[in-house]
Amino acid sequence: MITIDNLSKTYGSQTVLNIESLEIPKGQSFGLVGNNGAGKTTLFSLLLDLIQPSTGHIKNNDVQVDKSEDWKPFTSAFIDESFLIGYLTPEEYFYFIGELRGRNRADVDSLLANFTDFFHGEILGQKKYLRDLSKGNQKKVGIVASFIGNPEVVILDEPFANLDPTTQIRLKSIIKDLAAKEGVTVLVSSHDLMHVTEVCERIVVLNKGELVKDIKTSAETLKELETFFAG
Amino acid sequence: MFKHFFSLQWKSFFRSASFKTEIWFKILMLFGALYFIAVFLSLGFGAYFMIEKSGLGDPLRVVNQFMIYYLAFELVFRYMLQKMPVTNIKPLLYLPFKKREVVNYSLGKTIVSFFNWMHAFFFIPFSIILLVKDYNAMGVIGWHLAFLAIIYCFNFINVLVNNKDPFFYVFAGLVVFLGISQYNGWFDITIYTKPIFNFFYDVPYSALIPWVVLLLLYFITFNYFKKHMFLDGGLAVKKEEAKTENLDWLNRFGNLGTFLKNDIKLIKRNKRSRTAVIMGFFFIFYGLLFFTGSIEVYDGPFWRVFAGIFVTGGFLFSFGQYVPSWDSSYYPLMMSQNIKYSEYLHSKWYLVIIATIISTVLASFYLYFGWEAYAAVLVGAIYNIGINAYLVLWGGAYVKTPIDLTSNKKAFGDKQAFNSKTLLLTLPKLLLPMLIYAIGHFTISPLAGYLFVAAFGLAGFIFKNRVFKLIEEIYKKEKYKTLKAYKQK
Repeated sequence: MITIDNLSKTYGSQTVLNIESLEIPKGQSFGLVGNNGAGKTTLFSLLLDLIQPSTGHIKNNDVQVDKSEDWKPFTSAFIDESFLIGYLTPEEYFYFIGELRGRNRADVDSLLANFTDFFHGEILGQKKYLRDLSKGNQKKVGIVASFIGNPEVVILDEPFANLDPTTQIRLKSIIKDLAAKEGVTVLVSSHDLMHVTEVCERIVVLNKGELVKDIKTSAETLKELETFFAG
Repeated sequence: MFKHFFSLQWKSFFRSASFKTEIWFKILMLFGALYFIAVFLSLGFGAYFMIEKSGLGDPLRVVNQFMIYYLAFELVFRYMLQKMPVTNIKPLLYLPFKKREVVNYSLGKTIVSFFNWMHAFFFIPFSIILLVKDYNAMGVIGWHLAFLAIIYCFNFINVLVNNKDPFFYVFAGLVVFLGISQYNGWFDITIYTKPIFNFFYDVPYSALIPWVVLLLLYFITFNYFKKHMFLDGGLAVKKEEAKTENLDWLNRFGNLGTFLKNDIKLIKRNKRSRTAVIMGFFFIFYGLLFFTGSIEVYDGPFWRVFAGIFVTGGFLFSFGQYVPSWDSSYYPLMMSQNIKYSEYLHSKWYLVIIATIISTVLASFYLYFGWEAYAAVLVGAIYNIGINAYLVLWGGAYVKTPIDLTSNKKAFGDKQAFNSKTLLLTLPKLLLPMLIYAIGHFTISPLAGYLFVAAFGLAGFIFKNRVFKLIEEIYKKEKYKTLKAYKQK
């Protein structure tokens, strides 16, 4: 689904990302871990064509993302609060995204119905604009909005941060289901090793922009990662 | 303590993203400031002689008579433009500063604001001339000091009423009403206010009164701030009750409707954008300065075209100017969604066009000043739709100042409702139509001048698709730079 070839991003003399090659097959749940400054968000921003690569390119379903915009209909993402429109209510935001992705209100409503538990009664019908929601609730809205319109690729940056424990557990099962049952390629980054090992079939470790580990998740993976990050 | 505050302020000023603009912008802004200083200075030096020559009576008394309007405008102007200096106070709360010091520092900062000392350019030369003209020295000094105190009183009043819009609209309405009343001879407020200002001159010691008021106001503001310096008090973000709106009637426009719906909500729900619309509305009355012949220099024929452009283009200039910055806080979303630039731009374009048409209809009262006046308005509207609507969208690709839509919502937030940089960008949009008109006016006739300008506008309308393609390309090219700029708030 996603092919990365000779990709690098350099600011001045500092290389923040340098990946020779990486292949993510369709329907894989893919985890990205690394310390601050490892290049996780840079990689995701490159995937969404929000920044330009210094060398190389990314192909998303054979579309080169910095050349054509044809990857947009089947790709969705939630990176940070800059993906939210603060002056809309959650409902309006979902419908807005729905309209952009060719889904009418009924489609969106039926999708939202699956997330009643996840929202925990704090999102819909609250008479609040997104900007007035707490960080955690904003995140819930952004994550669910990225599921609208049956995307084939979903990119989530730090989805577990700021969420309460109950929601974290629910989110884990949602992500697992997406990849396993619906064949969606899910890319997740996290600082929490436990969460990624639980959710992802494959984990890639970035360190200072370089790909240092590429692990197929197994029972030993958590231990291995902990040893690596302990230095 | 003061040293810390000062260095913070220094850094926040010189490291702000907007400060790092291109050099020619800085030069233009400098010229703008110099222009205002020159206007005030010439008023200060010239007012005395102008009044004396026109035989209205004792210049000081005449100035005192109209002073109430000067002060009223100063307060309105201040309310709209003066930034509240109390931003960035949150991080200071946790640090070992005494609250008293933080408040004193914040209020102290307002004292050096441009809005206070710009009046010196009028009052100092005017007072000097009075002294030279053998007015009672004590009286002049008393009068001068009294106004110094009054200006500073206004400074603190403004801090106190900041963000209390009802107050502002009532006050602004009152000023306009009083002005109209006086013009039509119904009621003359100046009869009641003039003696007060004269009193400062006649009894110099009375200048103490405004100073006492000033001190009092300082203490009130100080206490008000100190009492409200809590996260859930004055520093809390006010939350409006939200209601979901469907605006289904826009669905018939397809994807364009989706954006239009969003833009309407954007305008309605954010103070910053509302301010832009209100400013646009007031532009409609700008033409009165030209068509009533109240200002001599504006009597030249091509000033009418200038007025026409402004009267109908208020929204275009105040809102259109900032496309796409209105969407800056969620630009990454827009750029990664399934969106065509042309639809996005079209939606903004339609908004501008609709607003221009509404302004043109509202401005039909200019018919009162003769068909030529309204012809200028109509021609201005055609030019705005045909040419300027593209120019603002085009210019927007380069503006790249992120807009914090919610900044006005913070109780002590800053008001950046308008900046001189974007105002300066409007100049080419005004000079070209004037030039076109002048060519027609001087080679054939005034009517031909109007027709020329209108023809230009219509021509622009015909090339719409091509122009949009061009603008789209520019937006695409600027995409990464824009994304980067919007990230630095």
